[in-house]
Amino acid sequence: MAITNVIFTGVGGQGVLLASDVLAEIALRHGLDVKKSEVHGMSQRGGSVISQVRFGEKIYAPLVSLNQADFIVAFEKLEAVRYLDYLKPNGVMIANDYEIIPATVEFGDVEYPKEILPVFMKKTNRIILENITKLAEGLGNPKVLNVIMLGILSNYLEIPEPVWRGAIKTRVPDKFLELNLKAFQAGREIRETAPGIVPQP
Amino acid sequence: MKVVLSGNEAVARGFYEAGGRFASAYPGTPSTEVLEAIAKFDEIIAQWAPNEKVAVEVAAGASLGGARALAVMKHVGLNVAADPLFSLSYMGVNGGFVIMTADDPGMHSSQNEQDNRWYAKAAKLPLLEPSDSQEARDFTIQAFEISESFDTPVLLRTTTRVSHSKSVVLTGERIDVPLKPYRKELTKNVLLPSTGRLRHPVVENRLKKLRAFSTVSGLNWVDWGDRKIGIITNGIAYQYAREVMPGASYLKLGMTYPLPEKLIKEFAEGVETLYVIEELDPFIEEQVRMLGIKVTGKEKVPGIGELNPDIVSAALLDRMLAEDDFQKSELKLPERSPVLCAGCSHRGVFWALKKLRVTVMGDIGCYTLGALPPLNAMDSCLNMGASVGMAEGMVKVNPEKFQKKLVGIIGDSTFIHSGITSLIDMVYNRGITTVIILDNRITAMTGHQENPASGITLQHEQTKPLDLTKLSEAIGIRRVRKIDPYNLKETTAVIREEMQSPEPSVIIADAPCVLYEKLKLGPVYYVDQEKCVACDLCYKIGCPALVPGPNGRKPVIDPLSCIGCDQCAQVCNLDAILPEDLTFDNLARRGRSG
Ligand SMILES: Cc1ncc(C[n+]2csc(CCOP(=O)(O)OP(=O)(O)O)c2C)c(N)n1
Ligand code: SF4
Ligand code: SF4
Repeated sequence: MAITNVIFTGVGGQGVLLASDVLAEIALRHGLDVKKSEVHGMSQRGGSVISQVRFGEKIYAPLVSLNQADFIVAFEKLEAVRYLDYLKPNGVMIANDYEIIPATVEFGDVEYPKEILPVFMKKTNRIILENITKLAEGLGNPKVLNVIMLGILSNYLEIPEPVWRGAIKTRVPDKFLELNLKAFQAGREIRETAPGIVPQP
Repeated sequence: MKVVLSGNEAVARGFYEAGGRFASAYPGTPSTEVLEAIAKFDEIIAQWAPNEKVAVEVAAGASLGGARALAVMKHVGLNVAADPLFSLSYMGVNGGFVIMTADDPGMHSSQNEQDNRWYAKAAKLPLLEPSDSQEARDFTIQAFEISESFDTPVLLRTTTRVSHSKSVVLTGERIDVPLKPYRKELTKNVLLPSTGRLRHPVVENRLKKLRAFSTVSGLNWVDWGDRKIGIITNGIAYQYAREVMPGASYLKLGMTYPLPEKLIKEFAEGVETLYVIEELDPFIEEQVRMLGIKVTGKEKVPGIGELNPDIVSAALLDRMLAEDDFQKSELKLPERSPVLCAGCSHRGVFWALKKLRVTVMGDIGCYTLGALPPLNAMDSCLNMGASVGMAEGMVKVNPEKFQKKLVGIIGDSTFIHSGITSLIDMVYNRGITTVIILDNRITAMTGHQENPASGITLQHEQTKPLDLTKLSEAIGIRRVRKIDPYNLKETTAVIREEMQSPEPSVIIADAPCVLYEKLKLGPVYYVDQEKCVACDLCYKIGCPALVPGPNGRKPVIDPLSCIGCDQCAQVCNLDAILPEDLTFDNLARRGRSG
């Protein structure tokens, strides 16, 4: 089996690291070698967070190379663009259509990018761009954002659904299990935003 | 059992399996999680030390007392612990003793990127460097065996990518290692000139034996592939090299000091072109050259910053680094750097310092973020504890300019770590400077570790809290004042007053870390869009909950992140920022007219 490279990204506090932990656990349960790398540092203070997961028969580097990510799972739009260089040409971009304005925008001169979809489309036409935060809130808790994102990702990987559900079970407290499984299912039902749109030259 | 562990968790696991009994550490990214993971094992005594020197000394005592002991720190922490380190090399061990240093190439969360492998060479200690979590576990166990067989402390060095990456680990059971009997041994354990002279030859001899062991230890091994290219590599660099050149011949070094000279010579003879791929300094490369071997290293592999597969591939394959495809050139993205949390207690103090236009000798902690825009209220940050001494020195040489216009500012954990002795210096040498201690009773920056000021241990048990007021008084400070940093008026007034005073003074900003305590200080605030004139003043306190709204630059407050600390409201001259629940007595409490 070829190596799968996934980059999770978002803002401190959004549950990015937990999502990548769950994926690593799933890969292990599926009998694969797996490595995952992240930088904790000051992620709690609202900094940008990136976590990379690689799995397959044998993994050496815990880091994904430029243009090598099969998937980018972005919990925030700006962070999706920030790591776009890592996406394989025509890899899958799973992005939460949700903005968290960084403090630097208030006193700096760089603006929050406005139109994101065309930027994505320079690299791929396999895009999911939806407001998942709103969906999570609709389910009753914005915190399940990360499990919905995993649900979306699960559609693309040849790992049986029970393995996903089993790994989620070990990671969430019993009283939130039902909500999380519901969130996972909600993710599984999401389809690509703009199927068949061919990138403009 | 097979589990996914981070490098740090794997070191903790290895220590547990090795029969470890005592561990001490001072927090510091990327090393902190080691002790936190060890704390979960009931069999091990685990404790936070006030600084790295103490961590090593307490663990040295545990080792002398017969236990397998571990001390953990980040790279710069080993500078603090260097004094015991060098002499422990002479003293040797009773129970096995391992000192772990976690380096931070790329400076993800550090002020420099020193390469701590030089410490092994300078202190003549064996050095092990794992390249993934499995090795982190295995090497930790082996480090204890080496420590006891060779009567030496062992340095275990990780880097951020090893400590914080996760990979699959096959774990084992804990072995029971009974306490070694204690014997009084003057010539070994009482280091004096006379005994030190006896120990130095022992150390040199030990190094010789370790050099021979390095070749046969199993920690260093050769994997012959294509003989055209031979790569000597270590740590995470091995993984990158293997990724981009899976078919080359490898000499993978797990023990990087002393080096396996025989193995290196054999390997070099067996390949056409020899590379050393290592992160940061040419530590291995220089030693290989000393053996008279021709090798390519730092002329191709950068010695600054972290490596990654792209950089290693560029070095090995002589390619140009892949340019970012398209977007960075076209699209400028705003940075998302860390900021002080919404409602952080440090913010008020920096606001006051900025307003008073004070020169600020700063220090390391969350509060270093006060140096960045929009607060910009810090002039220096050198190393932990430096603020107090630097403030004293600066005032001493130019009192006309600085005496009434300068403060030192330091967090509680940092003050306890190494600010106390400088305060003693100031009193002893009749310095006249104001020191502000930001006492949030926790080591927040590194992820909220308990410290002596918290009065809580690593295991969350109660202990006697250190009283910073009494401590300052005992040092000889007569003017010790506590302030509520959320009261901006009082905070500004007290700092102004104390800077005027003709003797040294300490101001303790007394408020817990709101993130750690998950505090709500009051009702959520809102900006009255009618009253607001978009003067931008409130942005200058830099609360991340206050963001531009739909009306141009007029701010709105994000109700999910606002914790009702009232600071922005105190800054607004037009009373346009108000608590949503007006019955709350914040306005009165903060002494505002309303
Ligand atoms: C010698 C050394 N050890 C450890 C660290 C890691 N470190 C940075 S700041 C800090 C302590 C911060 O705590 P405190 O002073 O209480 O400030 P806070 O973050 O709570 O505001 C630590 C442990 C370091 N930079 N240098
Ligand atoms: S973690 Fe605590 S001390 Fe650090 S910025 Fe947040 S509130 Fe302030
Ligand atoms: S009251 Fe103002 S300064 Fe305090 S947390 Fe809310 S928005 Fe931030």
